[in-house]
Amino acid sequence: MVFTLLVNGAQSRVDAPENESLLYVLRDHLQLTGTKYGCGEGQCGACTVLLDGTPVRSCRIQARAVAGKKITTIEGLERGGELDPVQQAFLEAEAFQCGYCTPGMILSAAALLDHTPNPTHEQIIQHMDGNICRCGTYPRIVEAVERAAELKRKTKHATG
Amino acid sequence: MRRVDSELAQQDSISRLRHDFDLDRRNFFKLLGGGMVVGIAAPHALSQESGARRRRGDDMPNTLDSWLHIGEDGQVTVFTGKVEMGQNIRTSLAQEVAEELRVPVDTVHLLMGDTDLTPYDMGTFGSRTTPQMGTQLRKVAASAREVLIQMAAERWNGTARDPIAENGKIRDPKTGRTITYAQLTHGQKLLKVVLADAPVTPADRWKIAGTAVPKKDGRDFVTGAHKYTSDLILPGMLHGKVIRPSAFHARLVSCDTSPVEKVPGAVAVHDGDFVAVAAPDKADAERAASLVRAQWDAPEQPSDRELFPYLKSHPVEATGFEGNEQYVTGSVEQARTQAVKVLEGTYTVAYIAHTPLEPRAAVAAWKDGKLTVWTGTQRPFAVRDELAGAFHLPEDSVRVIVPDTGSAYGGKHTGECAVEAARLAKAAGKPVKLVWSRAEEFTWAYFRPAGVIDVKSGAKADGTLVFWEYDNYNSGPAAMHTPYEVPNQRIAFHPADTPLRQGSYRSLAAAANHFARESHMDELSQALNIDPLEFRMKNLKDDRLRAVYEAAADKFGWGKTKSTPTRGFGLAGGFEKGGYIATCAEVAIDRDEVAVVRVVQAFDCGAVVNPQGLKNQISGAIVQGLGGAMFEAIHFDNGKILNPYLADYRVPRFSDAPQIEVVLVDRKDQKSMGAGETPLTGIAPAVANAIFNASGIRLRSMPLVPNGMKA
Repeated sequence: MVFTLLVNGAQSRVDAPENESLLYVLRDHLQLTGTKYGCGEGQCGACTVLLDGTPVRSCRIQARAVAGKKITTIEGLERGGELDPVQQAFLEAEAFQCGYCTPGMILSAAALLDHTPNPTHEQIIQHMDGNICRCGTYPRIVEAVERAAELKRKTKHATG
Repeated sequence: MRRVDSELAQQDSISRLRHDFDLDRRNFFKLLGGGMVVGIAAPHALSQESGARRRRGDDMPNTLDSWLHIGEDGQVTVFTGKVEMGQNIRTSLAQEVAEELRVPVDTVHLLMGDTDLTPYDMGTFGSRTTPQMGTQLRKVAASAREVLIQMAAERWNGTARDPIAENGKIRDPKTGRTITYAQLTHGQKLLKVVLADAPVTPADRWKIAGTAVPKKDGRDFVTGAHKYTSDLILPGMLHGKVIRPSAFHARLVSCDTSPVEKVPGAVAVHDGDFVAVAAPDKADAERAASLVRAQWDAPEQPSDRELFPYLKSHPVEATGFEGNEQYVTGSVEQARTQAVKVLEGTYTVAYIAHTPLEPRAAVAAWKDGKLTVWTGTQRPFAVRDELAGAFHLPEDSVRVIVPDTGSAYGGKHTGECAVEAARLAKAAGKPVKLVWSRAEEFTWAYFRPAGVIDVKSGAKADGTLVFWEYDNYNSGPAAMHTPYEVPNQRIAFHPADTPLRQGSYRSLAAAANHFARESHMDELSQALNIDPLEFRMKNLKDDRLRAVYEAAADKFGWGKTKSTPTRGFGLAGGFEKGGYIATCAEVAIDRDEVAVVRVVQAFDCGAVVNPQGLKNQISGAIVQGLGGAMFEAIHFDNGKILNPYLADYRVPRFSDAPQIEVVLVDRKDQKSMGAGETPLTGIAPAVANAIFNASGIRLRSMPLVPNGMKA
């Protein structure tokens, strides 16, 4: 069936099976492969995208059900070739090993910092606990989220 | 069942190092542009090249160990059959090449894991990349540097005295004139085959190796631009789905694939016991698979409830490295009388699953009888051979390419997903992508072996070890030997008939053997009423192991805080694959809940190539090891996995990760060794010992606390 999704600020027309998940519409139809399959259970967070700013598991959502909502994937974070502060912080902290969980981690973290600009250590852990990194990079990811919060504060300060 | 992917492979990687290079020189330069290829060959191979057995004049020599290309733009491309799956070797190997070649590290690029383009390699496992491939690439880079120096000297008609290589240039120290590598290779299509006899740079003079160079292509991982196998999309590609048997060892009784025709564009394959479908869309493939009517007949099989007695009562006679192995020194029988304290303990480990976040994936495409498969495997050449065998093709009709992979941990040695995708692609006449589901990954991959370990020991009243008896059933012989000084030892490995398919896992059996040995050492120290660290040191001569124990204990503050019923401290250490490890752990017990709150781990793997990457590996290994230590276990009954979902198989999360402090003992006087595996071995016994220290309860089974402190 044909429907339209609002992904990373652009309207995209999709012709996909009725029950296709948002994950596979993003990956196979829109070729936005930064969003990963990890479990299909909503347990690992590798498929995390933002739906109107809220992190959701795209493997558990039917694509056509979110037509009209604002969808943000990892590919939508960069602005004019410049990394989002969360991406920048992950890169600087080298908060990844194989990198497969990284897009989901970054989107979860971005959502946290939008609502909670100065999260405590415990808030970060609680918020991120639904995202799995099998390489066990958790301490560095926490450090990256803290660093991202700092980068965002600096950017905000610089731009008034 | 035989071990699929035995520890044998880890011990035997020199059996086939040379590459039969069929890509001719013209094609090679067409691929890379002009410049110069420097290859290193064994002496006998070099003499053959100049002799009568040389092939066509334009061929690459067929017995090169390794090679690199210096482009006309000064960019360096290094070819290696190793693969990147998160261990950061794309970066660390580039550092080693840049160091020897005296070029900026960002001009060095690695072409990895492509069976058509890279030298043969047995696989990326066994912590061998750094000691073996790193050494080899340093040699080829150093040789290339000497070739460039020679070329510059010739360009200057021999008027330069002792020209030196630095920063991508050759400099004449007397006149100060320079010539860049790009200038030297410009307009050339040179092939230089040399002996690897150029001197490599000692670690204490490293400028690029030994530093925290950021991860290569790091930006692509934070933008989602990096393409894993599962991200590849080929024109006209279908999505595959395999219909799995009802249980292990099941035979297909009947099968009807005709309803698949209802799904537009779908194809079905039924060939022997292999039943699979492919369709243009992922959801269509799932639907087509659900329409297949297949009946299976499975034999009765053991369950996890009877696992440990089963392993002990089902020995198998095996030969070679997989085989029964026994080591005896002194006489345990005679020594029994000398011991004041005698202790026995039985330790068990469960089957666990690697659970790489990117499941097995493959994209297969046939063209003119040739097969190309992109797949995330640790052994591209072995998978090529597996494919060639499965389709009765010559090796050179199969190409395996490994994109940097979403982790493996020893779990991706085999090529079943690649074979399945290729079968579907052949039948469909189109490229096929197959990505295993999480449940398939939990069921049809292979597991870290379960095992039973019996330990008997004796010591004198002063804590001197007298005898040590150690029987490992099925878990594996890696790190089975004790690093402590014991005059009378009997150590044996007993392979068993295993109910589940088992194979390699990060650190192999070293995690289990460290758990058994270091738990038992702790029990002995309690029985003797000696501090656990003091007891170990008393029986330890190895200076490097002593040094990591001291480093970890010092940083941790060992012995400075008294344990309470809710707070305990434990330590463990050992040696494996060239790495020396000591781990201290602090646990907090709140009623039934156990939390590991702090870990200090000291590690010595010789000269450190990249401290940033190394710390990431060590810290990650602690977290991953915590899963097997605390709660990971595969449950099974009658040929079925009972918990093949992340909802039912608990892996470590943010809230499980302790505060981790890594102490790198950087030994610049020692050869650089691998670090992906051994850092995983200390955590389980350190935690078990800490739990005992707090609660007085000795836990002898991994996982230790799958249900908290409740039995």
